[in-house]
Amino acid sequence: MIPEIGHYTLILALFVAIVQATVPLIGAARDDRPWMEVGRTAALAQFLLVAISFGALTWSYVTSDFSVSNVFENSHTDKPMLYKISGVWGNHEGSMLLWVFILAVYGMALASFGRNLPPALRARALAVQAMVSVGFLAFIIFTSDPFTRLDPAPLNGKGLNPLLQDPGLAFHPPFLYLGYVGFSMAFSFAIAALIEGRVDAAWARWVRPWTLVAWCFLTLGIAMGSWWAYYTLGWGGWWYWDPTENASFMPWLAGTALLHSAIVVEKRDTLKAWTILLAIFAFSLSLLGTFIVRSGIVTSVHSFAADPTRGTFILGLLVLVIGGSLMLFAFRAPSLKAGGLFTPLSREGALLLNNVLMSTACGTVLLGTLYPMFADALNLGKVSVGPPFFNAVFVPLMIPMVATMALGPMMSWRRGDLGGALSRLKLAFLMALVAGMASWLLHGGSVKDLEAAGGLALAAWLFVGTLVEWAERIKLFQGPLAESFDRARRLPRAAYGMSITHAALAVVIVGITGSAAWTTEKIQVMHPGETVSLAGYDLTLNGVEDGIKGPNYTASRASFTARKGGAWVADMSPEKRLYTMPPRPTTDAAIHTNFISDLYAVVGDADGKGGYVTRLYHNTLVPWIFIGAVIMVFGGMVSLTDRRHRIGAPSRKRNV
Amino acid sequence: MAQKPKGDAVTRKQRRLYFVLLGMLALGAATALVLTAVGDGMVYFYTPGDLQTKHVGPDRRVRLGGLVQKGSVIKDGSHVSFIVTDLTATVAVSYTGVLPDLFREGQGVVAEGKLDGQGTFQASEVLAKHDENYMPKEVADALKKSGHWQDEYQHK
Repeated sequence: MIPEIGHYTLILALFVAIVQATVPLIGAARDDRPWMEVGRTAALAQFLLVAISFGALTWSYVTSDFSVSNVFENSHTDKPMLYKISGVWGNHEGSMLLWVFILAVYGMALASFGRNLPPALRARALAVQAMVSVGFLAFIIFTSDPFTRLDPAPLNGKGLNPLLQDPGLAFHPPFLYLGYVGFSMAFSFAIAALIEGRVDAAWARWVRPWTLVAWCFLTLGIAMGSWWAYYTLGWGGWWYWDPTENASFMPWLAGTALLHSAIVVEKRDTLKAWTILLAIFAFSLSLLGTFIVRSGIVTSVHSFAADPTRGTFILGLLVLVIGGSLMLFAFRAPSLKAGGLFTPLSREGALLLNNVLMSTACGTVLLGTLYPMFADALNLGKVSVGPPFFNAVFVPLMIPMVATMALGPMMSWRRGDLGGALSRLKLAFLMALVAGMASWLLHGGSVKDLEAAGGLALAAWLFVGTLVEWAERIKLFQGPLAESFDRARRLPRAAYGMSITHAALAVVIVGITGSAAWTTEKIQVMHPGETVSLAGYDLTLNGVEDGIKGPNYTASRASFTARKGGAWVADMSPEKRLYTMPPRPTTDAAIHTNFISDLYAVVGDADGKGGYVTRLYHNTLVPWIFIGAVIMVFGGMVSLTDRRHRIGAPSRKRNV
Repeated sequence: MAQKPKGDAVTRKQRRLYFVLLGMLALGAATALVLTAVGDGMVYFYTPGDLQTKHVGPDRRVRLGGLVQKGSVIKDGSHVSFIVTDLTATVAVSYTGVLPDLFREGQGVVAEGKLDGQGTFQASEVLAKHDENYMPKEVADALKKSGHWQDEYQHK
């Protein structure tokens, strides 16, 4: 009964969405308040309906109702409760339902918090949100129904892919989707502004907090996914430029560019068309990302053949959203009059450079991600584009961008003083030189360490440059400390947000550089009692215990002891697990971190002669990548608490 | 010619010019980077049959995909050798390292590496696809093409 209620409310939601997509739009065109108000009511109704539907599917998972085909395919009674719930979105149908649910949450937020938005703008934005909703609801109902019943009901389910049975990956999709779908807000506002033919500072002030919310979630989602790949796949790496990873990284790049160009619209009333375009791209890439991961369009175009309706629907939806919005953009963008003028050497100029580099980098990632699919479709052979391509293209584009990141905030609006800014950054330059030289000499001063030295120098430049900018703002050491303290207190939260996220990126760069340059790895067969030394540590294999029972797996657990100079450092116990349903082995790496580097141990198969294949890594500075990402999200949240960013706070009057 | 207004600012036309120049510069740089990276960044996928018919030089990094032949896996410490087949041709593969969890005889596999002079494929990586199915897509397609596809390969 409950699955039927879920199915029924989902269909009702589709009809409500159709009303929400049309009536407010007509109302806005006719300046008819009651018609516009329908949008708000409909958004709330839609939220309730989709929430009931999502709740119904979750209920079916929690109670292990195997008469529902989706539950049978992806769940099992032995699974811990957390993974029964995360199983809801661990499959195509359920994840699409989660997507629509999050869209409805944002729609409800827009309807209830956007009180002081101009009614016409809100009505149009809600209508655009609903159009996206209609597309996705129709997609679920017609091609990916999660509520299909099985008769007779099987006794037990097939279980969830054990790789997905992990706390990191249980929460990864919701965060990622909160980010993806969050960009639908910027998109809806962009389309609404195109229909109105008006983009102004107030518009940017409404779009920024929503984009920032989406950006924070997406950053966190990507970091979680990377962390999961790091500790569960047992390969010691944290990023492989895999299509699924790129799928989440591209909207992040576009969204980051959007955040920055929205600042220019807000402060200087210019770069409007560009900002609108970025909003369209950020959301389009989010859509592409959703489909790349869940339908495998990138690995092979042939997966379309496996389920032609689904593939055609997805293609149609993408063409409609991207093509339709770009067409509207082409018609309306010329009417967006730019306001403030600026010279190339100004803060606007720096932000523009950041934008162009970000977008170009995003474009190259898109090219590398989609090329295998095109090559396959055009019969150019099957290719895969791997990390060497992305590293060779992406990294050089990021170097000038990071270099500008320290410089940009030091420049004034309209017309900056490059020489002055550079001379104020003397300290940062000096520190960059020191950091680069020190790391180079400490590691022996060979040519291959030059890259790492450059990475560290860049990070130091960014970090110190960000600090200098903050110190200048509060006039640190230029007057009494009390005055600086007072200034620091009154500095807008958004400024703190910028400083924190920029500094956090420096931390991430240190982590990336360290992991790329100084990671050491040893693969060997070890017998119990044997010791292997790695990067100054001695790792002893004490033994391997077989047949350890988990809730739905049996494991072989190895026990290592790590010592440094004879002194005990850590006990590590990596596992090799064999899940019962579905019967599949997984690797559980053991990681000991001191927050500067990780010791990372993986146990492999027995060699039949009493030994075990083991893989040991010493991953330098990898923790900094994840620490940096978390600080970055924190910076975004600080910025969100800025009085001017509080959702719904801005009003158009201030702009006149 | 665009007129310079009084003061320090620049006209719209000039700003548009900067925008376009900056964009072209970035695009040009990206194109140059892509072209230089394409050589070693792009890896072609071959089946054992392809490796025999198409001549692949020993220095070219390729991906080899097929089924692990039953009974062919020989483990010697951390060194593993096995035979990859597409059911029409076979190639011997040699690899040192920990095999991915999903590696097993009779299942699909993708190995990345180079052919050595003796025709043995020296794999530097055996790929763990964290896919919902055991069978890598490229392998499934190749088997379908050669007519050896059986539904039982597709485990869930």
